[in-house]
Formats: sequence, C-alpha cells, structure tokens
Amino acid sequence: MTTLDLDPQTPAAELKGRSLWQDARNRFFQNRAALVSMPILIFVVLFAAFGQYFAQWSNEEIDWSMLGQFETIGGPSIENGHYFGVDETGRDIFARTVQGTRISLMIGVIGALVSVVVGTIYGAVAGYIGGKTDQIMMRIVDVMMSIPYMFVLILLLVVFGRSMFMLFVGIGLISWLDMARIVRGQTLSIKNKEFVEAAIATGVKTRVIIFRHIVPNLLGVVIVYATLLVPSMIIFESFISFLGLGVQEPATSWGALINSGTDHMRTAPWKLYFPLAFFVVTLFALFFIGDGLRDALDPKDR
Amino acid sequence: MLTYILRRLAVAIPTLLLLIIFSFILMEAAPGSPFDTERGVPPAVLANLEAKYGLDRPMIERMGIYIWNVVTQFDFGPSFTYTNRSVNDIIAQGFPVTLTYGTYAFIVAVLVGGALGIAAAIYHNSWLDYLAVGISIGAQVLPNFVMAPILVLIFTLWLDWLPGGGWRGGQAQYVIMPVIALSTSYMASIARLTRSSMLEVLNAGFIRTARAKGLPMRRVIFRHALKPALLPVISYLGPAFVGMITGSVVIDVIFSTGGIGQFFVNSALARDYSVIMGITILVGALTIFFNLVVDVLYAWIDPKIRY
Repeated sequence: MTTLDLDPQTPAAELKGRSLWQDARNRFFQNRAALVSMPILIFVVLFAAFGQYFAQWSNEEIDWSMLGQFETIGGPSIENGHYFGVDETGRDIFARTVQGTRISLMIGVIGALVSVVVGTIYGAVAGYIGGKTDQIMMRIVDVMMSIPYMFVLILLLVVFGRSMFMLFVGIGLISWLDMARIVRGQTLSIKNKEFVEAAIATGVKTRVIIFRHIVPNLLGVVIVYATLLVPSMIIFESFISFLGLGVQEPATSWGALINSGTDHMRTAPWKLYFPLAFFVVTLFALFFIGDGLRDALDPKDR
Repeated sequence: MLTYILRRLAVAIPTLLLLIIFSFILMEAAPGSPFDTERGVPPAVLANLEAKYGLDRPMIERMGIYIWNVVTQFDFGPSFTYTNRSVNDIIAQGFPVTLTYGTYAFIVAVLVGGALGIAAAIYHNSWLDYLAVGISIGAQVLPNFVMAPILVLIFTLWLDWLPGGGWRGGQAQYVIMPVIALSTSYMASIARLTRSSMLEVLNAGFIRTARAKGLPMRRVIFRHALKPALLPVISYLGPAFVGMITGSVVIDVIFSTGGIGQFFVNSALARDYSVIMGITILVGALTIFFNLVVDVLYAWIDPKIRY
C-alpha cells in the first residue's frame, strides 16, 4: 500500500497545465495597445460612475452669472468650478459630459448584451437544427439586413415618439443580426464534433444540447464580437443623437453633446473638445481591447 | 447565371414590398392626423380634406393605392408640411446633390482604400504598412459625424482654406470636405480588407510559382495577385454604397449641402410622414438593387461561387 504513496505535489508543480483561458490571458497581456487601453477604459467607466462627485455643479443647474456671455467667460476654468466650461444655457459641461458618458456607455453595453442573448440563441438554434428551419431563419436575417435600418429606425423614432425606450428597441432590433450569422457559422462547425454526437447518442434533448453543449463552446467568439459591438453601438446611438433624434433633453449622450458642440464651434470650441475627446479616446480603447481579445481568443484569425 | 439573378430577384422584390408595407403600417400607427392644428378643423372641412387625399377610404385600399402609385409611377404622394410640393419634388431637388458627393466619395474610398491596402500588403511590415493600419484604425473610431466637425475645425476655423458649408451647384471647394468626411471610414475598411486579402494571396502557391519562373514583381502583382485579392472587396461595395447614402444625413446636416439627408432629418423633426416614408423606400430600393448588382457581379467574377 505504501509503495503507491507518491507525493502528489511534485509532478503537479513541475507540469502545471495551462488552461485555454490562461493561454488567452497570456496572449492578451502581450498586446501592448490592448494593455494600455484597459486603464483608460477603467478611467472612463469610473468617470461615468463617480464623476458627478467631483463636479462643482450639477448637470441641470444653471450658472446665471454665465448666461448670455458664456462665449466670453464660459471657457474651462478651475476657479469657478466649470472644469470643462459651460454651454449656452449656463450648464456645466463637466457634469454634462459625465451624464453623456454614462448614457453612451450604457447604450453600448445594453446593445451588445441584447445582441449576445438574441443573436447567440437565434444563431445556435438555426445552425444546430439546420435544414428548412435554418434556411428560413437565415433568410429572415438576410431580409432584415438588406433594409436600410438607419432610416427605418428614424421612422420608428418619429412614429412612436423619441424616447430612450424606443432607441433601445431600435438598436436591439438590428444589433443581433451579425451576431446570429457568426454564431450560426460557428455552430455548423461544432455540431459534428464527437461530444455532440455522444450527447445525441445518450439521448440528450435537443434543447439541452444547444444550451449545455453548443453555446458554452461558442463563448470565445461571442465575447470577441460582443466587445467589438460595444463601440459600434455607441457610434450608432451617437449618430442618432447627433441628428437630434436620439436621447432628449435634459438627458444627453456623446452624440448629442458633439452635435450641440458643433453649433458653437467658432465661439465656444470647448463645448466640442471635451465630449469629442472622451468619445474618441473611449472608442480607441474599446477597439484595441476588442482586437486584443480577438487575437487572444480566436487565434486562427491572425 | 440567369436563374441565379432570377432567384435573387425573387428575394429582392418581396423584401422591398415588405419594406413599403412596414413603413405604411408604421405611418398609420402614428398618432395624430396630418391636418391636426391647434385650433381644430371644422368637421366639414376635415371631411373634404380627407376625401381630397383619399384618407376616408379603408386602410387596405389606401395601402394598395400607395403601393400601386409607387411601383407604377414612382409617385410618393404629397408632402404634409410643404404644401403644394410632392415628395417627388423634394427627392428630385435633394437626390442629385446626394448622388454627386456620394459618387465622388465612393470613388475616392475605393481607389484610395484599394491602393493603400495593396501597397501595405506589398510592403508588409514597412512604415507604409503601419501607416495604412494606423489610418484604418483611426478612421474606424472617427465616424463621419465626428470626422466632419473635425474637418470644419481644421480647414475652416484654423486654416481658413475651405468654406464651412453650402453647395453652390457643386463647386470644388464646397465638395471637398463632404467627400473626405463621407469616404474616410469606408476607405479605411476597404484598405483593411484589401490588405488582408492581398497578404493571403501573396503567400499562396501560385504566386510563388509565378515568382519562381522569373516574372517581374509588377507583372506578378497586376496579372496574378490583384484579381483574387480584390474579390472580398467587391462584396463590401454594397454596404459601402449604402453607407454613402446613410452618411448623407450627417453630411447634409453639418455642411448644409441640401441633399436628401437634410430633407429627411427636417421631415423627421417635423413629423412629415410621407417624405420620411418616400425617402426610406427610395433608399431601401437603392440598397436592395445595389446589393443585387454586387452579388451578381461577385458571382460572375468568382468562379468558386456556385449559383
């Protein structure tokens, strides 16, 4: 009995296996652009979450001393507490940027989440079941994709009134299409693997196979495209808000702030600079992180 | 080939009809009537107005008439806010402008993007390659509604080289900034696509063969590598073209160029449903048609596609 008593510590310590996720993490940390982007993104998120505690003014408060002459004395200044300056109605741009950042980030994340949930389920079901079901389901995606969604979304916003809710509905309606296509393609390559065959052979229900065996194996691809979707959702919302059809006053977003910044570009450029800088920097960070994740989780694409 | 085109048409036409029906039902669902005013209209006048515009008939019948007019005569009906002007007048005024700078932007995006991508792939890992990659990442982050204000900031406010807006019948100095703003992100996408597919092709066996038998590099690239490398780019032309039209919404708003985008946004803000619908359907038809053309072109060029 005692002859078999090997020390279990030694071989494990020498031959420590690397899991798939560890491998991915190592690859991710080698990507310098992605690594630099991480703290920047964290900073932006913290700015959105806690920025208002650093603001001297609230986002709706009007600084009456600035009203009517914001173009001459409304610039960014530390002394009067308007770090980013004020807008034409005397509101603090710093507080407004915090508010806009919060809404833009929220829309990005929610849009991506909707696409992950709907797109993954839709694509996995279509890909796994295959045949006629697959054809019909993907044809629906094709049809929806060939519609000029930007125009249809604006139509929706006009008909049902401009509201945050409608904006989410509109973004949710189109964001999952690409994801469904990608997931379907991946499912097709997974569904003939041995472990799925084994599941079928042991009589596992189709629904369980899809959710327990197929979907977890899609996770890498889904995460990568979800990260890349966040910036495109933000761009999308900003586009709509830029046109004045998205979020409505007093709520705001980067797009709305950039739009109102362009109105006073000549006289009060700080209105444009700060929201624009946040927009550009955050999107750069998101794209670099998405790219880094793609290299880390989807190495065949290099 | 003909059956392939017919099969694609069999999808395209119902899609377009679906779009028309969908927009029509949406418009019906919209609250309020186009003749609602603050003071209210006397019932007799309202009945007359409704009879004039055919609004007293059942919805299905009106939808049939609308679709019939659109399909047979390209007639989108009257505008609700601009009295005495039809949707067709508005489209006829705005669309040529959009088409002009859209076409320029499209050509710039394809030529510059393609050239940049090819050069980046040939001089892989050189400064040119890094420049191309850098530009394509940058342009991804700068969508047209961010690009346009930045351009105005630089070229109008700081350097004072170009006018900040207007159209004036399409004089060069009024066209430059809209075209740059509109084409940049698509140029970047095309450059990225061309670069990666060109890199793939340049590593393929038949290119090595061509090199091995002593062909000069220029001949290898232009005769052998270019055609397969540009294939994936063709399938991107459809979305790129749609982007040009959608982008016109932003371009018109920033540069006051007076294309259909401007009318679209104004109508959206004024709830002028018939104009919104007309433009949506027009853009939808163009989108579907252009995607069809690109698909057929692709199937015709690429021998690997089965149709």
